[in-house]
Amino acid sequence: MSETANSEHHDDHVDEGKRDFILIATGTVAAAGAATFAWPLVAQMGKAADTMAAGSIEINLSGIAEGQQLKMLWRGKPVFVRHRTPAEIAEAENTDISKCPDPETDAERLVPTPDGKVNPKYLVMVGVCTHFGCVPVGESGDFGGWYCPCHGSHYDTAGRIRKGPAPKNLEIPPYEYLSDTVIKVG
Amino acid sequence: MSGHPSTYEPKYAATRWLDQRLPIIRMGADFMTYPSPRNLNYWWTFGGILTLCLVSQIITGIILAMHYVPHVDMAFDSVQRIRRDVPFGWLLQPMHAVGASMFFLAVYIHMFRGLYYGSYKAPREMIWILGCVIYLIMMATAFLGYTLPWGQMSFWGATVITGFFGAVPVVGESLQQWLLGGFSVSNATLNRFFSLHYLLPFVIAGIVGLHVWAMHHAGQNNPIGVEPKSKKDTLSFHPYYTVKDGFAVVLFLLVFAFFVFYQPDALGHADNYIEANPMETPAHIVPEWYFLPFYAILRAVPDKLMGILLMIGAIAVLFVLPWLDTSKVKSMRFRPLARRFFYIFLVACFILGWCGAETPSDMVFTVGQKLGVSDLGGYLASIGAEFPSGENVKFIEDQTRAFTADALAACQSELAAGHALPEYCSQTPQGLNFVWLSRIATFLYFGFFFILPILGLVEKPKERPESITKAVLGEA
Amino acid sequence: MKTVMKKTLLIAATSLAAITGVGLGVAYAAGGSSDYEMKHVHWHFNGPFGTYDRAAMQRGYQVYREVCSSCHQLKFLSFRHLGDKGGPYYDEAYPNPNDNPYVKAFAADWTIQDIDLDTGDAIERPGIPADRFPAIYDNAAAAAASNNGKAPPDLSVMAKARTGGADWLYNILISYDKDDVFYNKAYGGQMAMAAPLSDGMVEYADGTEATVDQMAKDVTEFLAWSADPKMEVRKQTGTATMIYLLILAILAYISYKRVWRNVEH
Repeated sequence: MSETANSEHHDDHVDEGKRDFILIATGTVAAAGAATFAWPLVAQMGKAADTMAAGSIEINLSGIAEGQQLKMLWRGKPVFVRHRTPAEIAEAENTDISKCPDPETDAERLVPTPDGKVNPKYLVMVGVCTHFGCVPVGESGDFGGWYCPCHGSHYDTAGRIRKGPAPKNLEIPPYEYLSDTVIKVG
Repeated sequence: MSGHPSTYEPKYAATRWLDQRLPIIRMGADFMTYPSPRNLNYWWTFGGILTLCLVSQIITGIILAMHYVPHVDMAFDSVQRIRRDVPFGWLLQPMHAVGASMFFLAVYIHMFRGLYYGSYKAPREMIWILGCVIYLIMMATAFLGYTLPWGQMSFWGATVITGFFGAVPVVGESLQQWLLGGFSVSNATLNRFFSLHYLLPFVIAGIVGLHVWAMHHAGQNNPIGVEPKSKKDTLSFHPYYTVKDGFAVVLFLLVFAFFVFYQPDALGHADNYIEANPMETPAHIVPEWYFLPFYAILRAVPDKLMGILLMIGAIAVLFVLPWLDTSKVKSMRFRPLARRFFYIFLVACFILGWCGAETPSDMVFTVGQKLGVSDLGGYLASIGAEFPSGENVKFIEDQTRAFTADALAACQSELAAGHALPEYCSQTPQGLNFVWLSRIATFLYFGFFFILPILGLVEKPKERPESITKAVLGEA
Repeated sequence: MKTVMKKTLLIAATSLAAITGVGLGVAYAAGGSSDYEMKHVHWHFNGPFGTYDRAAMQRGYQVYREVCSSCHQLKFLSFRHLGDKGGPYYDEAYPNPNDNPYVKAFAADWTIQDIDLDTGDAIERPGIPADRFPAIYDNAAAAAASNNGKAPPDLSVMAKARTGGADWLYNILISYDKDDVFYNKAYGGQMAMAAPLSDGMVEYADGTEATVDQMAKDVTEFLAWSADPKMEVRKQTGTATMIYLLILAILAYISYKRVWRNVEH
């Protein structure tokens, strides 16, 4: 720019500082505006109001026979509800959790029924492997619980990770007992 | 870029390394220091404004495509969902819809600027032609995009426009059905329109690159149309024109924001809030405002194929404009005669826009009954008023105009009462309907391009300044 | 300096005038052809700072529920929208409209067709806030068959789907002929819908007298919101944006003068 027309003028350097200030102020205000406007462009990809609203299901437990598992879709993911056998419950409760990669007692993974106690018969979990999101297969694996065929993670009868690459136990969704036999997930 | 020696010198080892391999920073730096004529006025800021429009449309468009569903059963719903449930959808959807109008507003001003200042003349023919290509693709993109919300105007607009192709002799029908992917505008049509609507803006962006490249090669035109002769005639693009363009962009954004926030529907049509219904056509099919002049030209001709050819001709003539204008003088500032025709052309474009929005058979005006001064006297006497005295012609004209309105009412009440009609009631009202107005305007539109070659030969241009510097310093 | 400012303003004004002019042209082109002169209401939501009148919207919802909803759906609305910010039953205590007790109660007031997940049977259950307003008829043909051959249109965006907008809706509702219940002055002819409102048709909880005019205004206010539920936040954002842009315009203009101060042009 030095070679262009304004080079013929060499006057008033006096208000140079003021000029810098106004240019910087303009640039700053413009940049702040652009940054503010960038927020909607990012936020629009978040959950839409209808997606957030449609997020709960009710499950009737009385229809699940002992040793059987119900699979339901909740927020686009499968939810496992397993009616565990006494043997499975015993194994889940008597495991030495100090050796588990993600130590949790069986009772910690259950939600109290309306009378305040936990019912160990029904185990409710999000059926998504904590490794990379495949759906584990039930009643299989080295610990009689779940086994993820994608990368070989073994979960026990409480859905705890025992062996394999998954870092966490199978997730427990937010749910509550509406009565002794009906739960509301979400 | 020719004629502009690069002054960029990489300061750091890394930038030196990059400069030898991919001189992309040099390209940017050369762009910013590009010598621009020092006398560019505000009409020249629309190039920058248009860049902003294109970027804004692409960004908001990509976002809308994340939420929009191109299916006949869900398109209308998905737009409603965007406006109601998607975070900030209420802002981004109107921005895209209003943005299309803003884009056209800016492009029309940009084109009229080029026309007025002769920016299409040698050596800038390619800039102009590339600009025309951009305009053409813009129209296609806007039309395709307008179909997507799947309202009544979307559907019937698509039906009418694709019908143009049906007018092609022999292959017309198969061509039209090939375009639609069916016998009528259907799901297949919507899907392909969505795909193309997503594609074309990137084509536009590519041609804009060529447009700007050609401009940097040939140099910018300027308001006096005298090429820069020395360095004194130019200024570095940055900061002089970045700050000027920046200011203009903010003013433009004020207009843009006004529509987005306060009048998001003013530029659209109520019928597009009714979901597409192939069984019912809206009473008035009207395209978006930016197509209205061409729509008026189409309807000015009673023959289907001729109307379409004339409409295509109205756009095609722009491509050959550089060779139609025989004058050596670029800027119309120094072409008094051509300037007059330019203004007539401008007015013709506005009139065509007006005609496009109206029903063809409606009357523009009715010159009430052709009533003379003697009728006025008779009428005034009949209502007991005095004939105006004096020679004041304007006064008598005003009285006649008022009389026409009154007389009409009087005739009607006489008729309703079953009385014999006074003589002044029996004359036929004369007037002009919109078909004829659009014919006149179409004639003026094309007339401009016919008169241009002659003008260059007969016109005596005003004396032009020797250089830009002399012009701005008032020494010319 | 003055000339530049003047030129700038001229350009801005010309652009604005041109585009507004064209916009109006389009709008008027589709205007009604009858001689009826539309009554313009000073709606609470008019103007750049306009907001919806909560009480009117709530009464309007009651009119919709008790009168219109026997034939007309609101298919783009969910019950939860009633409790959204800017909506008729918004309550600051319930930022999540799904928890709003009014919304829950209104939802439960509607019957929703569903499938029993255990048996697969078709069942009916009370609505929940996440549900959409249900369809009134099984399909368009059934809707047309029950209504003199013309299916009642959806009302979600009706306040935007006619030239004149909210004014049009209001005028239609008050312009039925006293003797011929299908003749509507504002419509300019016979309508498929007979006059839907009559004095005292609903009983407002807030004691407002339910005249036809009052009910027409209220339901129009409600439907105006239904067509443009984000209007309040949009206008508020607009105010902030306009102020910001004005400040930026002034700063940009001063910057422009600074940069160009020594350059004749």
